[in-house]
Amino acid sequence: MLSIKNLYASVEGQEILKGINLEIKPGEVHAIMGPNGSGKSTLANVLAGKDDYEITADEITFLGENLLDKSPETRAKDGLFLSFQYPVEIPGVPMVNFIKTAVNEHRKHRGEKELTAGEFLKLMRKKMELVELKTKLTNRSVNEGFSGGEKKKNEIFQMAMLEPKLAILDETDSGLDIDALKTVANGVNALKSPETSSIVITHYQRLLDYIVPDFVHVLYHGKIVKSGGKELAFELEEKGYDWIKKENGN
Amino acid sequence: MSVLVEKADLSLKYISHYNKVKEILFEGSSYVLNDVRNRAFQDFIIQGIPTQKNENYKYTNLNPRFLPDFEFVHHKENNNVDIKTVFRCDVPQLNLEPRLIFNGWYHRISNESLNLPEGVILCSLAEIANNNPDLIKEYYGKIAKTDSDSMVALNTAYAKDGYFLYIPKNVIVEKPIQLINFLQAETDTFVTQRNLIIIEQGASTNLIFCDHTLNLNNYLNNSVTEIFVGENANLDYYTLQNQHNRTSSINSVFIQQERDSVATTHTYSLHGGLIRNNLKFVLNGENAEANMYGMAFLDRKQHIDNFTQIIHAKPNCQSNQVYKNVLDGESTGAFSGMIHVVRDAQNTNAFQQNNNLLLTDEAKMQTKPQLIIDADDVKCSHGATVGQIDEEAMFYLRARGIDEDKARLMMMNAFAHDVVRKIKVEALGNRIDELVEKRLNGEIARCHECAYNCEM
Repeated sequence: MLSIKNLYASVEGQEILKGINLEIKPGEVHAIMGPNGSGKSTLANVLAGKDDYEITADEITFLGENLLDKSPETRAKDGLFLSFQYPVEIPGVPMVNFIKTAVNEHRKHRGEKELTAGEFLKLMRKKMELVELKTKLTNRSVNEGFSGGEKKKNEIFQMAMLEPKLAILDETDSGLDIDALKTVANGVNALKSPETSSIVITHYQRLLDYIVPDFVHVLYHGKIVKSGGKELAFELEEKGYDWIKKENGN
Repeated sequence: MSVLVEKADLSLKYISHYNKVKEILFEGSSYVLNDVRNRAFQDFIIQGIPTQKNENYKYTNLNPRFLPDFEFVHHKENNNVDIKTVFRCDVPQLNLEPRLIFNGWYHRISNESLNLPEGVILCSLAEIANNNPDLIKEYYGKIAKTDSDSMVALNTAYAKDGYFLYIPKNVIVEKPIQLINFLQAETDTFVTQRNLIIIEQGASTNLIFCDHTLNLNNYLNNSVTEIFVGENANLDYYTLQNQHNRTSSINSVFIQQERDSVATTHTYSLHGGLIRNNLKFVLNGENAEANMYGMAFLDRKQHIDNFTQIIHAKPNCQSNQVYKNVLDGESTGAFSGMIHVVRDAQNTNAFQQNNNLLLTDEAKMQTKPQLIIDADDVKCSHGATVGQIDEEAMFYLRARGIDEDKARLMMMNAFAHDVVRKIKVEALGNRIDELVEKRLNGEIARCHECAYNCEM
């Protein structure tokens, strides 16, 4: 699905990612944990195609194709989805128009016919139920005036609409109470299949109670310093990140 | 030859022209227009064509626009205009019977059915001034002062025609009234248009004024519109400016409002070489509400200058201004908004906002709020921004599979959105949405103006 070999990324001369290696196969869930400032969000943004970074890598392939050559929109249409840590409010861009455009761009990319207004509304209702998004979307601008929890649910709703092959969830749990967390996790799990994979970026183990990872990686100072199974998350929860910092010379 | 001499020559050119055609201007015109004509011209001579040393014209250099050897249109051209052959307004459901102004002269369209409520008059200014001078003499030239703006002075000196609209007391005109302003001539042409609108107490109307230029000459369009909105009356005044790059348009609108009235202007500047919009409101009665919305799109070397003045002359009035500009290419823009709250105009609420989106490094915008507040219990706020498209939002849209061009378009539409949604005539709102999208897509150049624009 995704293969990252020796990825470096810097912004304004400051190196943030310092040689990341990661292999993700279809059906797998990988958790990436680590203290603040370790480069987790940078990794997510680099994969989604944000162009704020200087990037070098031996290779990054997504579904066997070179990822770095592609624009953010092509990556999205190929099936890569980023659930933003801070979804952007875009006053004046109607939510429904936005998601409809996105869905139809995906369909065109796959050589499918665009959805009619009726088909689209039906699909939208179904997916809103799936993620228990009760926010009224018509006559609203993208994320504008949404609460923190609504914004995160809205991300998962968009994911449900776009049905990506690889979903990167960047701190989808931050700012959510336990009920909202469960709802969001249920949404993510409902979309899981043997052909789809996810990268779950989080500080805390609690999200991983609901979205159970196959692998857990610890990112520290721009490098993956430890990888393991889901038990690694419990260890981190118990001991904090200090032992990682010590092991890696602070 | 020094620049100064050149400029003096330029004003001299107009002075000698006026003296030459004076008789023609007086001939056939009502005393209402003629009584102020010479005085207006004296005011023009004193002030001259404004230079950028004039604080009110600091950001717009009109002088080069007066250079061509213009022909003037002193007579109504005797072409039986059939509107259907030159223009068809295809706004769906708007379904109006538009009236036509041709190079500044009001034309009755053949088979024109005046489908207006009883008592409403829509006709040529020259006609009403000759046939019923009593109706207009208290209004004509009352708020468009010739001693404070030389372009108003020049207009008043040359004024022969334009449109006249009269809505009598308590008459509600449900259907919007549409006027189409055409410029079409064989040579470079100077057009003077003088309009007068009287909306009496309790009356209400929507007026849509559309500009079109039909061929590729240099045009200078100097128009003045005086609007009187009576007690508890209501006016929505829409202007769609859509002219080619060789057109300079100086468009001065004066609105005086009496108590409890609401007047709203919507100014859409979709295309034009140079556009100067002077808009002055005088809130002359308590509880009056004035709204000014403006949206402009510019590219290449186009220039726009929105110059607004709002005089809060009486207490308890409200004013709202939202002007937005999208500037592409090497275009330049200016916004200058003056709010004057006179002594004792207590409990005034005045709001002003000007936002500008620069799409290139070459585009330039000047924005200048001016507040003059001589009362103590007032609420005035103003804000101005000049910026680029929000790149975070762009990335968000693109990360959902929306390509860069489309995302940029969505962002520009979003920028325009809170002005466009103020349009109350639904069919017009939809059309403006479409035009805005076309304009942003660069498609508007494929309208009938296309052939001209490509050469510029």
